[in-house]
Amino acid sequence: MAERRACLSVENVEVRFGGLVAVSDLTFDVQDGEILSLIGPNGAGKTTAFNVITGYQAPTGGTVSYNGVVLNNLPPNKVAELGLVRTFQKTSVFAGNTVLDNLLIGQHLSTSRKLWEVLCGMPSVAREESALAEEAMRILDFVGLADRADELGGALPYGEQRLLEVATALAAKPSLLLLDEPASGMNPTEKAKFMGLVEEIRKQGVTILLVEHDMPLVMNISDRVIVLNQGSLIANGTPADVQGNAAVMEAYLGPGAPHA
Amino acid sequence: MRWLEWTFLAFLISIPLWVTDQYFIHILITTGIFVIAAMSLNLLLGYTGQLSLGHVAFFGIGAYASALLSLGFDVSLGGGLGIAVDPKPVWLAFLAGIVMAGLAGWFIGKLSFKVRGAYFVIVTISFAEVTRMVALNWIDLTEGPMALSSIPPFAIYIPGLFEETFYKKVPNYYIMLAVGTLSYVAIQRTVGSRFGRAMIALRENEPLAQSVGVPVTRFLLLAAVMSAAIAGAAGGLYAHYIRIVDPDIFLFIYTVTMVIMVITGGKGTLAGPVVGGILFGILPELLRDFAIPEVQWMIYGLLMILIVFFLPQGIVPAVTSLFAGRGTRRQRDAQPGVGGGQPTQSHSE
Repeated sequence: MAERRACLSVENVEVRFGGLVAVSDLTFDVQDGEILSLIGPNGAGKTTAFNVITGYQAPTGGTVSYNGVVLNNLPPNKVAELGLVRTFQKTSVFAGNTVLDNLLIGQHLSTSRKLWEVLCGMPSVAREESALAEEAMRILDFVGLADRADELGGALPYGEQRLLEVATALAAKPSLLLLDEPASGMNPTEKAKFMGLVEEIRKQGVTILLVEHDMPLVMNISDRVIVLNQGSLIANGTPADVQGNAAVMEAYLGPGAPHA
Repeated sequence: MRWLEWTFLAFLISIPLWVTDQYFIHILITTGIFVIAAMSLNLLLGYTGQLSLGHVAFFGIGAYASALLSLGFDVSLGGGLGIAVDPKPVWLAFLAGIVMAGLAGWFIGKLSFKVRGAYFVIVTISFAEVTRMVALNWIDLTEGPMALSSIPPFAIYIPGLFEETFYKKVPNYYIMLAVGTLSYVAIQRTVGSRFGRAMIALRENEPLAQSVGVPVTRFLLLAAVMSAAIAGAAGGLYAHYIRIVDPDIFLFIYTVTMVIMVITGGKGTLAGPVVGGILFGILPELLRDFAIPEVQWMIYGLLMILIVFFLPQGIVPAVTSLFAGRGTRRQRDAQPGVGGGQPTQSHSE
């Protein structure tokens, strides 16, 4: 693989909830333009790591930095301003808004009209709105939800809600997209389509950090895989490296398990 | 489609031309003032999803500030310090009342910066109680329970050209209508814009809104300030129309009335507070002719229960979906084109 620059650096991050250590001494990089997967058994600390990176959880130790900017004490919306946008493990859409409105909300950072312009009904406001709607439709078309634009977000079938989450995140123009189990609950056909979509997103220059339980999907799509177990990093390498790693085998299957 | 809003506005403008009953005009003015207050509450409750149960505080602050500035006051703060203010023109006092209420909204927004839901409710209730106690006990300034009276009415004064003081009901009706229309348009434009979308995002899913970069507390604060300022405008209208303001203006029951108007009309819709406000403003007057007060209150309460039970979303969304004639119940929240007082099918854009 060509030499790449690290954009996100996680250094010695630790998260404790009282006596419980959710993540301990976690160190890894995300390289520009790669698809990096974060895997591990339930409770390994994957979502906690996501929460720390995106500002939803303050680390009790260590630093997270993105292109040299330390993220530790930034609120989630500031982290998003820097180009890190996440999705959530539990399906999370604006259920009472239309699909198009979901994306328009997602485009918040691209909006700039002032309150007085809105109150006075300036033409610049209408111009911005139509530009936003056009861009939103382009993204919906890209993920395959264009014909759903007027439906309510909460009324979509599960698989499409997951697509809507990704579309909403894309509307925020991320440079690093963090996907937390985006394919869970999808059927095999939807999953296959979804993998293609993630590849497409990467081709457009977006770096991707993925948490996923579906091993075939992970191994297929990732440039690199890191494995967490009980809050610690136990493996870091290409999909092939990780699959053959004894520690990973043990974490998933228990000690002394027969060859999987 | 905007024709419904324009038709309704034209209808409201025409009322004094064919209604001669001054008492009825009076009822319309007080109802209109309550509708404006309910619209302002709806901005917070309906769009950001935060229940302010102390909303009457902003109404009262607007009323007191406007009344005091138009009357002038001389108050001692102790230690030889004092503030004396000469009477100001009513329009200036009215604007200052709006600003004061907006500042109070900013203060409450900041105070409840990190709290949501039940905590926000408690902060707002406490704030309204505190303002009532101040109005009741700071007798030097507010006259306490003796009330501020002889408040000057609205007036137009152009030096050397024109002078008119509005003691009559009809001009006050039009002033109310002008303020109400402006408030309606301001709320309509705000909720239909990126600002309104951010407020709705806060109501619908706060963590998701943050993840795409929406600074939710900033928009909560904006909603609180706008909402309080509009409530303050309603309070100012009240002060210069009724021309007497006492601490009872801060009573909890008035907040409850506003909440009922918003909920029954349809929270998170533009027309909701207008419909709910007119219904519960006019209804007691219509009932007055053929029911004793106790029965009136029972009918009032029963109607409220029926509406909440059968139309939990409120009247406007129910009628909208009825007219839309589709199986899917669509919320019209973010759509600025919905009705101007009468609920019906309405397409935005």
